[in-house]
Amino acid sequence: MADDTYLLDFEKPLYELEQKLDEMRTLNQDHAEDLSAEIEALEERVEQLRVSIYRNLTRWQRVQIARHPQRPYTLDHIEALTENFVELHGDRRFGDDRAIVGGFAQFQGAQYGHRDRTVMIMGHQKGRDTKERKFRRFGMPNPEGYRKAERLMKMAAKFNKPVVTLLDTPGAYPGMEAEERGQAEAIARNLFEMARLPVPIIVVVIGEGASGGALGLGVGDRVLMLENAWYSVIAPESCSQILWRSWDYKEDAARALKLTATDLVDVNVIDEIVPEPVGGAHRDPKATFNAVGNAIGAALNTLSDRPTDTLLDDRLARFDRIGAYDQRTAAESPVGS
Amino acid sequence: MAWFHRKKAGILTKRDDQNEVPEGQWVKCPKTDEIVNRREVEDNLLVFPGSGYHFGMSSHRYFDLLFDDDSFTFHDTDLYSTDVLDFEDRKPYSQRLEDAQKKTSQNEAVQSATGPVGGHMTSIAAMDFSFIGGSMGSVVGEIIARAIKRAYTNGYPLITITQSGGARMMEGALSLMQMAKTSAHLTRLEDAGLPFISILTHPTTGGVTASFAMLGDIHIAEPEALIGFAGPRVIRETIGSDLPEGFQRSEFLLEHGFVDMVVDRRQLQRRIITLLDLLMEDNA
Repeated sequence: MADDTYLLDFEKPLYELEQKLDEMRTLNQDHAEDLSAEIEALEERVEQLRVSIYRNLTRWQRVQIARHPQRPYTLDHIEALTENFVELHGDRRFGDDRAIVGGFAQFQGAQYGHRDRTVMIMGHQKGRDTKERKFRRFGMPNPEGYRKAERLMKMAAKFNKPVVTLLDTPGAYPGMEAEERGQAEAIARNLFEMARLPVPIIVVVIGEGASGGALGLGVGDRVLMLENAWYSVIAPESCSQILWRSWDYKEDAARALKLTATDLVDVNVIDEIVPEPVGGAHRDPKATFNAVGNAIGAALNTLSDRPTDTLLDDRLARFDRIGAYDQRTAAESPVGS
Repeated sequence: MAWFHRKKAGILTKRDDQNEVPEGQWVKCPKTDEIVNRREVEDNLLVFPGSGYHFGMSSHRYFDLLFDDDSFTFHDTDLYSTDVLDFEDRKPYSQRLEDAQKKTSQNEAVQSATGPVGGHMTSIAAMDFSFIGGSMGSVVGEIIARAIKRAYTNGYPLITITQSGGARMMEGALSLMQMAKTSAHLTRLEDAGLPFISILTHPTTGGVTASFAMLGDIHIAEPEALIGFAGPRVIRETIGSDLPEGFQRSEFLLEHGFVDMVVDRRQLQRRIITLLDLLMEDNA
């Protein structure tokens, strides 16, 4: 691993062992000593440790991977999966929000079991360095971001192109101007318009799926989710703050919220888990893009040529069946009515 | 990487959301400190006489206010939340549910009914802040979705009355998806050409505002209600300073174009009937 690798705390023991292994290999190559037996033993230990760390990730550790500063972001996915991406800007009402990017592009579907075709692709965009993070407002959109997305989706419908959305946000921006310009209305409008958009919509949760800010791009026919992404009603830190009255219970909150892909496929919030390379998407971005491309290709195969009425009825039904409840008879219920 | 910044430990700010008429025989106006007999407030739709301060009102009282006489039917009072995530913070969710059911004598944070309003058969869903902060989990979402469905399958107009802290944390992503579910059903009401009047009362925030409550044809807010997406405390922490007077209140939303009118609760019934008369003239 390169030295500029950003290490999460639980990865450190593995990193140390890997470094030791590198040193021994160097020594061995220099023929200073014959270490092949030791190297073999250490390689085995490294592999065992790697498997034990990454196969048993806690929910909080996955949240950390989802936020890894080297994780592929929306524009990285777009660049890898499409050709001729033409970014479109602005909501035509107020401004252009840099926390959401989108435009037409040619999905390289022939490489992913589908066919090459024009799609409208968009998503939340985070920044890599301090300057860009600020420019992208940490991937937290203002209302004009959602309104730009709405405009682009309606344009996709006009030209009969499928829509692909990539979700990666710590939440909609909680600022004064966002409220003045109707953050709630902007998100609500997107839920409504996406529910009735007469073209296929494929949603991929690629990183953080925090609350209404994520869902504002998240209504679709197929909802896919990368293995280490998280998606929930609130970020673990904020949940800890509200329910435990302290910031210190984020790990408990992450556990309680059941926010991982494995948790969510069980309750039909997502349709499919897109596997990541061992250690997370950032360890092997190429393999990640390939998995995402294949999942999008397969979804497009399923959804293309479906009559609009069927598409929209199924989309409504998909969201209608999410949720758990008991129907109790009057005798069982403690409440008279 | 953290986008959240802890300014001070713990919650020091006063909660903006508790608005029940206090216990006891005498009631003090939170605005003017004037004191009157509780009866006077109760008999005035929980509006403080003189100052016009609006206390929170229950779903059942809104039904009594809006429906003609007692001619309405409750629906879905047999739907109960389950602790599907086995959620436990300082208290298990199942316990929170049980406590809320006992406290409110209701199954959930929303009640739904149909009946005539000024002679127009109408589907109404009204929320109760007293039930886990009026939060929207699976059952609240389902009851609202059914109320919308009841409207578009029967050709009724829809009215929702909201008071909610947002989506219910204890059901995780399932709560979040209720925003999509309720909004998706509203597209069918739109197709049917039926009116949706959204009445926003104090407080309406988070996932409820960011879904069905902001999708009405007509938005009516009660005076000085807190209406927004992010809560004031979160915004204060983001910007690192206090918020201007009246920020995220009904009058602020009127000024910024997100509600059609601010209506005193004592005029609400008349205004609703006028609107229904105008919009439903062909269906009378």
